[in-house]
Amino acid sequence: MDDHTSLKQTPLHDLHLSLGARMVPFAGYDMPVQYPAGVMKEHLFTRTSAGLFDVSHMGQVTIRPKSGRLEDAALALERLVPVDVLGLAEGRQRYGLFTNENGGILDDLMIANRGDHLFLVVNASCKEADFTHLKTHLSDSCDIEMLEDRALIALQGPHAECVLAELWADVATMRFMDVAEAALHDVPCIISRSGYTGEDGFEISIPAADAADVTRRILEHPDVMPIGLGARDSLRLEAGLCLYGNDIDTGTTPVEAALEWALQKVRRSGGARAGGFPGADRILADFADGATRRRVGLKPEGRAPVRGGVALFADADGKTSVGTVTSGGFGPSVDGPVAIGYVDQAHTADGTKLYAEVRGKYLTVAVTALPFITTTYKR
Amino acid sequence: MLKFTDEHEWLKIEDGVATVGITSHAAEQLGDLVFVELPEAGATFAKGDSSATVESVKAASDVYCPLDGEIVEVNPAIVDDPSLVNSDPQGAGWFFKLKLSDPSAANALLDESAYKELIA
Repeated sequence: MDDHTSLKQTPLHDLHLSLGARMVPFAGYDMPVQYPAGVMKEHLFTRTSAGLFDVSHMGQVTIRPKSGRLEDAALALERLVPVDVLGLAEGRQRYGLFTNENGGILDDLMIANRGDHLFLVVNASCKEADFTHLKTHLSDSCDIEMLEDRALIALQGPHAECVLAELWADVATMRFMDVAEAALHDVPCIISRSGYTGEDGFEISIPAADAADVTRRILEHPDVMPIGLGARDSLRLEAGLCLYGNDIDTGTTPVEAALEWALQKVRRSGGARAGGFPGADRILADFADGATRRRVGLKPEGRAPVRGGVALFADADGKTSVGTVTSGGFGPSVDGPVAIGYVDQAHTADGTKLYAEVRGKYLTVAVTALPFITTTYKR
Repeated sequence: MLKFTDEHEWLKIEDGVATVGITSHAAEQLGDLVFVELPEAGATFAKGDSSATVESVKAASDVYCPLDGEIVEVNPAIVDDPSLVNSDPQGAGWFFKLKLSDPSAANALLDESAYKELIA
């Protein structure tokens, strides 16, 4: 797909070009895969200083209750996600999943309580379908809006807080998954302390008209470097975070995906608002009985990357199939290959040796607890 | 004699043996390499066979054998340190030496100016 002309552009597109980015098509957008520094340097810089990512291709959606009572919007959204939305305090955000009738995952998302409305961030590749899904099921009680006039950037890494504190001192009071409104260079922004790298950091929603200016000024800080989608993927892989479409999709359930933590007790069997979301029968049965397969970390023993789609076997001759790699590559901070995959329940114990078929050879990989790095969220 | 392929390999041919590597353009396009798999000395390949594999952080790519021949030597330095291919692709980052089955077949490959035109 070399035709860049039909691709959408984010408000930061010109900025990417001026920074010398290599652009690639991603989820219908012309996006920077890397800048001149390259994936390796960009990845390592994010873990030691601060990386700035354009994630404006993702969907930003507001849900406003027609009644004016936020609990009505929260309960309405709970019909689509197996998550405690009602219990989410104002100024807080949590991870969620849209599930389908079979217990599969339609998308993963962030849900924030912004006082008078809910604010969602959804994956770029799913955003139109998510929007339709929300309109179909929530329009009776809520007004749903996709915010087309806002950019979204992420500032991630150990120096992210001090960089942002130069623009807004109170940022230091935010905890992981807090959401706040603040002016950066006099532009009103919505800031959450979250991200997709395993590092402490922030995601910042900015009005599109001012986004390039604000972003350029943050990039002027010597501790900040622009980071492309290439390093975004290697950073999230080391952090053990799912990529929708690779590690989770309509064919995987939350329990199979090892995302039990995303379902608060109140939505599980015995909870005050147990079930009531699509696929509840299957998902709650998975909780009770365990799933037959599970998402695990996989650490190849050698230097060769083991990538998504590679078959996994219990034996070095490739006779007994036990699973598939869903994401894999090289982890610059781990300084070696890392992967995520699904394996049959009997082979999920930490340290279990499995064999990955790569170019006709069976490479030893060990089942490993995720993440591959130590996360530094400010809890 | 220095020759190139449209698959972005270079060949430096002396006495019927070609030293083969990937071009600076290819190395730049691939980005930071993290893994290289080389053939065994003694292996024989036909033109177009996958004879080596390079992997960047993001993806794996084949290196095709540019002509028919037998591998007579490989460069273990790029296996130990794949970044050598990025830093010196047309020098210390060579892949293997190929004893050509038919040295005259090299005449059909691109010369340097034709290759530069290809990537321009």
